[in-house]
Amino acid sequence: MTNASTIARGGGTPSAPERRRRSAQRPTKASGLPTKAIPYVLLIPGILVIAGLLLYPMIQVVVMSFQKVGLPQISGKRPAEWLGWENYTKIFENDIFWSSLRNTIAFAVITVSLTLILGTAVGVLLNRLSKRMSTFVIVGIMSAWAVPPVAQGVIWRWLFDAEAGIINWALNLLPDWLSTLLFGRADWTGEPWLNDSITVYLVLILTVLWASFPFIAVSVLAGLKGIPHELYEAARVDGSGAWRTFWKITFPLLKPVFAVLTILSIIWDFKVFSQLYVLIGGPTNREAFNLSMYSFAEAFRSPPKMGSGAAIAVVLTVILLIVTAFYIRQMVKSEEVL
Amino acid sequence: MNPLRRKRLGRIALNATATLVFLFAVFPVYWMIATSFKENDQIFTTEFIPFPTHFTFDHLERVLSEGVAGNSIWLYLRNSAIVALGTVLIGSVFALLAATAVARFRFRGRTSFLIALLLAQMIPAEALLIPLFLSVKRLGLYDQLLGLIVVNVGLTLPFGIWMLRTFVAAVPKSLEEAAWIDGASRMTTFWKVLFPLVAPGLVATSIFSFITAWNELIFALILMSDSSGYTMPVALQYFFGQRGTDWGAIMASSTLMTIPVVIFFLLVQRRMVSGLVAGAVKG
Repeated sequence: MTNASTIARGGGTPSAPERRRRSAQRPTKASGLPTKAIPYVLLIPGILVIAGLLLYPMIQVVVMSFQKVGLPQISGKRPAEWLGWENYTKIFENDIFWSSLRNTIAFAVITVSLTLILGTAVGVLLNRLSKRMSTFVIVGIMSAWAVPPVAQGVIWRWLFDAEAGIINWALNLLPDWLSTLLFGRADWTGEPWLNDSITVYLVLILTVLWASFPFIAVSVLAGLKGIPHELYEAARVDGSGAWRTFWKITFPLLKPVFAVLTILSIIWDFKVFSQLYVLIGGPTNREAFNLSMYSFAEAFRSPPKMGSGAAIAVVLTVILLIVTAFYIRQMVKSEEVL
Repeated sequence: MNPLRRKRLGRIALNATATLVFLFAVFPVYWMIATSFKENDQIFTTEFIPFPTHFTFDHLERVLSEGVAGNSIWLYLRNSAIVALGTVLIGSVFALLAATAVARFRFRGRTSFLIALLLAQMIPAEALLIPLFLSVKRLGLYDQLLGLIVVNVGLTLPFGIWMLRTFVAAVPKSLEEAAWIDGASRMTTFWKVLFPLVAPGLVATSIFSFITAWNELIFALILMSDSSGYTMPVALQYFFGQRGTDWGAIMASSTLMTIPVVIFFLLVQRRMVSGLVAGAVKG
């Protein structure tokens, strides 16, 4: 890991003046292109893809969010009709929009916090294990991270199955008094977890937490490996406990790592789609929608309302961009290569 | 309690917690695999049967012969593989060219390109669904695997360039300069010096793109209407609902879908983690 993080830091990049001096020695005869043109030629395919498949469509979404795009417009029979803010005012009046927004934000906040807490705890734990034990646990948790999102949904839908699911079996194992004390009920046979939007999100949180804490744990572990041992020695000599050491040494030193992990988790959890799609079996239970699912359902379920789907997509993107503007600032600040 | 004993107890507690974490992570995966080898009466039961006592390949055989939505699971696995490999082939060439440009050259617009790259990664793919759907339709790529490949190249390229550029930057420039002094052309230098050294990074980036394309659901849902063009993530949805859920079949299929990804993942996880956190982790 130390090796890889040196690479990640872009180690060994020469300073600017040195670079200029060196490029003067570069042979120009070898290729037919002048040196100045080469980077631009190399970038052509990349720029075409990014502009054509990401940036231009993003502009189109914004334009379409002000238009009426239904079946006649999709089939090209009629040109798109300009509506102004109508798509937006309509979705803001819709209860489903507000419940989707609430689901999106509540899910992201809860899942991001739980993932970070569990991931960090496991990272710290891994750092204290013997080499063999930590390799063993890493292979185990990485196999959870590797499971495709659709398969994640399938697996957890099966675990929480009402009739034959193992969760209901395990809850029935609890002594009746304890189960009653904790949940107000003793019998869990046939409990349909995936019918109600609240319990759907409970299962979704668990699914995403299970699949994403390993990444946090391994990243935190990589960061911990980079902290010099002497700091911890000194803290121990000074009589600092584990909790205090974490907040006074580990956390401040790993702050940049935590910043990126937080933002990446927010980006991933904000637009969770595949797992939710599997758990609720497609866009049927409208109360369990999040913004991605709502936009998808508006645009692709008949009758298609692509303009209003686009408006929801724009709202989702704006929220994400505000959050991630912070991320970009972090990257720009800490990466002198930029 | 004497300190030695306390230390030993601490070690035991630590290892016990680690084992619990391991079980929490691995059990659901194990349960998927175990279910796919159980007979139906051991699947549909309210009892807990930790492993299949009557081991059966029925579910695997059934999904490979009968399949779902009118086709064998083979076809969907093949479609997924075509889309993922196509994405990797096109994407890795594009990524290598662009990564070389930004890591090896200083030029006007370099910073703007890097910022565009970051911005592109921030855009949620879900937001591009509608315009890309319309464009793919207009280009006549609807219901064709090529359309899905093109979209996946777009989704994976920004991160691919971002990740690969750190690998290119890590190759010491002096190696290339030595080759130039020996009279090698720019092309020769690239193929004989830079490429072999960047190859491990290229493999890591390719596997990342492969996994992303292999797992992709939402575009595959809207760009493929004919069931013969479904990819695995789409095909899996069709196991639900029709006369109750056939859990043995769906677990067998998700096992088939998961295994190649897990193997790839374990191969490159270290590089991928450092690639994702790159930029923030500064000494």
